[in-house]
Amino acid sequence: MTATETKPGTAVKVLTMLILFVALKAVGNLCMAWGMKRFPQTMSVNPVPYIEAMLDPFVAFGVAALILALLTRMALLSLADLSYVLPVTAIGYVVAAFMGKMFLHEDVSGQRWLGTGLIFAGAMLVGSTTHSTTDPKAR
Amino acid sequence: MKWVLVGVMVAATVLSDLLQSYEMKRAGEQSVSAGGLMRLLGMIVRRRFLILAIACMAVSFFSFMALVQAEPLSFAVPASAASFVLETILAKFVLRERIGARRVAGALMVLCGVVLVGG
Repeated sequence: MTATETKPGTAVKVLTMLILFVALKAVGNLCMAWGMKRFPQTMSVNPVPYIEAMLDPFVAFGVAALILALLTRMALLSLADLSYVLPVTAIGYVVAAFMGKMFLHEDVSGQRWLGTGLIFAGAMLVGSTTHSTTDPKAR
Repeated sequence: MKWVLVGVMVAATVLSDLLQSYEMKRAGEQSVSAGGLMRLLGMIVRRRFLILAIACMAVSFFSFMALVQAEPLSFAVPASAASFVLETILAKFVLRERIGARRVAGALMVLCGVVLVGG
């Protein structure tokens, strides 16, 4: 098996992990943003407000989702190149723009939509390349 | 001061991702089942490069927080995208990944997109 050939089913695993990572990251960030907007105190170098914020169910759920996202990204890096994972997971910017608009009613400017469009197109282009180009035996 | 923070943030992000990628490639195929996630948590504790990667991630996170306190997000987000370029170059030379024209073109499109999103 050459470096560019992968086991059958690996592409499906990579795609599943990508979707899971982007979804967990988006949900985690949304819950964190939602929870922090409800939090009355301003953050500073003092660690106490951070710990208090963690007691908010939305913030706690957001942190848990972001930890799961980190582990999923690690698993993804065991199967795919870093130069593949980086641009493809940037699709999260597109998801964040949609979720910010839909759930947090944030204003998304034309320039930001253009940027998200470029990210989406670039991620699709990288996504069409082979996800792993390194030989596992050489690792 | 802002450029020091940008430098620290970019360096920490790049180092964290390179270490993670290197260590995960060595670890072989991992899964995201309940058992797989527990195994990954165990690996973070046992493998020193992964511990260092998480420490770098924390440095990057707090540098970003400090940066957005002093500078607008429209500066911080595109500035953080500098790590994207460095990581792609280092993935080729350090991790020995084969980066073709399509991957370079896609990565540049994403980079422009990130700069526009932040701008």
